[in-house]
Amino acid sequence: MIFSFQLLFEAIVFGILLGCFYAAVSIGLSVAFGLLDVPHVAHPAVLIFAAYCAYLLGSYGWDPILAGLALMPLFFLFGVVMYRFYYETFEKRGTEAAVRGLAFFFGIAFIIEVGLILAFGVDQRMVEADYIGKSLTFGEMRVPLRMLLAFGVALALTAALTLYLSKTFTGRAIKAVAQDEPALRLMGANPVRIKQWAFGIATAVTALAGALLIVVGPVEPMLDRVYIGRTFCVVVLAGLGSMTGTLAAGLILGISESIVLMHFGASWAPAVAYALLLVVLGIRPQGLFGR
Amino acid sequence: MMKSFKRRWFLVAGVLAIAIGVSVPVAQAQQPIKIGHSMSLTGGLAGGGKAALIALQMWVEDVNAKGGLLGRKVELITYDDQSSPANTPGIYTKLLDVDKVDLLIGPYATVPTAAIMPLVKERGLLLMGNFGFQSNAKIQHDMWFNNGSWNDAASWSENFFLAARELNVKTVAFLAADQEYAQALAGGAKAIAANMGLKTVYDQVYPPTTVDFSTIIRAIRAAQPDVVYVMSYPNDSVGIVRSVNEIGVGSSVKLIGGGMVGLQFAPVMESLGSMLNGWVNYHFYVPEKTMEFPGVKAFLERYSKRAIEAKVDPLGFYLPLFDYAIGQMIEQAVTATKSLDHKVLAKYLHENEMKTIVGGIRYAKDGERAKARVIMIQFRGVADKNIDQFRQPGKQVIVAPAEYKSGAVVPFDQARK
Repeated sequence: MIFSFQLLFEAIVFGILLGCFYAAVSIGLSVAFGLLDVPHVAHPAVLIFAAYCAYLLGSYGWDPILAGLALMPLFFLFGVVMYRFYYETFEKRGTEAAVRGLAFFFGIAFIIEVGLILAFGVDQRMVEADYIGKSLTFGEMRVPLRMLLAFGVALALTAALTLYLSKTFTGRAIKAVAQDEPALRLMGANPVRIKQWAFGIATAVTALAGALLIVVGPVEPMLDRVYIGRTFCVVVLAGLGSMTGTLAAGLILGISESIVLMHFGASWAPAVAYALLLVVLGIRPQGLFGR
Repeated sequence: MMKSFKRRWFLVAGVLAIAIGVSVPVAQAQQPIKIGHSMSLTGGLAGGGKAALIALQMWVEDVNAKGGLLGRKVELITYDDQSSPANTPGIYTKLLDVDKVDLLIGPYATVPTAAIMPLVKERGLLLMGNFGFQSNAKIQHDMWFNNGSWNDAASWSENFFLAARELNVKTVAFLAADQEYAQALAGGAKAIAANMGLKTVYDQVYPPTTVDFSTIIRAIRAAQPDVVYVMSYPNDSVGIVRSVNEIGVGSSVKLIGGGMVGLQFAPVMESLGSMLNGWVNYHFYVPEKTMEFPGVKAFLERYSKRAIEAKVDPLGFYLPLFDYAIGQMIEQAVTATKSLDHKVLAKYLHENEMKTIVGGIRYAKDGERAKARVIMIQFRGVADKNIDQFRQPGKQVIVAPAEYKSGAVVPFDQARK
């Protein structure tokens, strides 16, 4: 294995970019699972669904990121409907029923998978854009533009969600519903409507992240199974419901994975990421930024 | 009166006996010959599996249009194994014990096939393999016949290193997925590289969940190899090609590719377009003049129409041709032996050359090809967003072996200009 500080530096840069991508695909789950306590195991399937929608719009000449932005309102509605159904069928009936809601979200994930297979077939799908397959050169280092884009989108999403949750009335209500739902009810707010709204936002954010996913690599209908462990790992490592924590956790996973890939043997990369999660949870069970 | 009654009774009984005697063979003749198999119609291998199924169905239609086999229609019984080896033993047990199939075709690809090899060996059954790589290497079942173009682990890689030899290379890097196929391939490739005296400067196994290959490609560039031998699965293959395009693999590299699954699939080829130029990779058939086998062109034209409707690989160069060949081999063996006995058919397959749309096939004792034919192709002059270009010769130039060669290998950098 070759070691140089130049390579280490590049591994860290690639890790930052990869970590931001991990954060971007996990941030919707951070809202849905971290803040709202909804066992949203269909999150990666929704992510892949969004990627396919971006692919479909891409076939009409749309830029994938613009397609992701355009899809956000539709996915917001999709999220609202999905949560309402989950609430009426499971959550309203108490904690045990809410746990059974896990089966509901698994069902959603399977329906999405099968629907995508029927609509698009089983082959890998990719999008084309001017920034895919190209890079920026800094001396010896070349940085892929698509990963820089992931970096930018992740930062923008984290900043937007952090500001929204801390500076707006609805945002603060979403945080309140996560902390003390009965207290929010006593203050006259409707926690169900707040959660419905928040779940819509989580799903809308996932639309943009899905578009980013197909920019970074090819997708196929069952790719969600690859992302289920990784996205939950990021959210749990961050501390449930922390947006900046999600970004930090993504960065930690990305950088550690990148350094291991470059210097210690590629096959160890996933083991290191999950070992890191175990260590952090051992020291801080509430996650890095959890309270 | 009594005599007359008896005579009438005998007459009725005789007519009935004749009717039953005639109707039994007629009923038997109308029972189809059942051929059972599982196919990856969902899951990671479904891209190839769905395309392969179309080819098998085309063969069934063709053979039935000619009157079937042994005067009986052929019926294909297919189950989706979801690309999982956990499902195939159960499916094949059902095919044998519930569906009572007459003949078996293996599931698509190495890992789902490996799971049923003990079952078919234990029951002494003929199994027409469907692109299993080294599936019979340990079991050594004498009634296994693979449709793939390779034989031992080294046969897949030897033509890549044959092309490398032309470029006067000294060092090699290996990058392999942490999966069964890639690891089996790596063993053969490393043995060949060692025999050639190549020095290994990079040797890594990457996890199958790797999202971005920038870091790995950068590490390979730092190692400055002359040859990079890659053994990857479709999504990874795309990631690796893109990363090489973005990060650069370094001017030292004269040859890159080898064992990348996915670069044979039409949607991947179309999407990667010009990024493919210069890559050298394995294949089993490309439309070069040196591979114009009888019937292949007509099959591909018919297949393409069906594939577009089914939203699968419209080119069909990779798996469909070889699945149609499975049907042709069954047809030839059953017709020649006039039997469905597995031992009789296996004996015929061992002793005779099979005539198929992918050329003549002769089997060695282990049920793999007596002579391997894994071609190495180099992508040249590929333009973006054009699937039809791959139907023309010259875009996937065969650089090895000599028997099918349609052009000399060009160093990676030059081929990309």
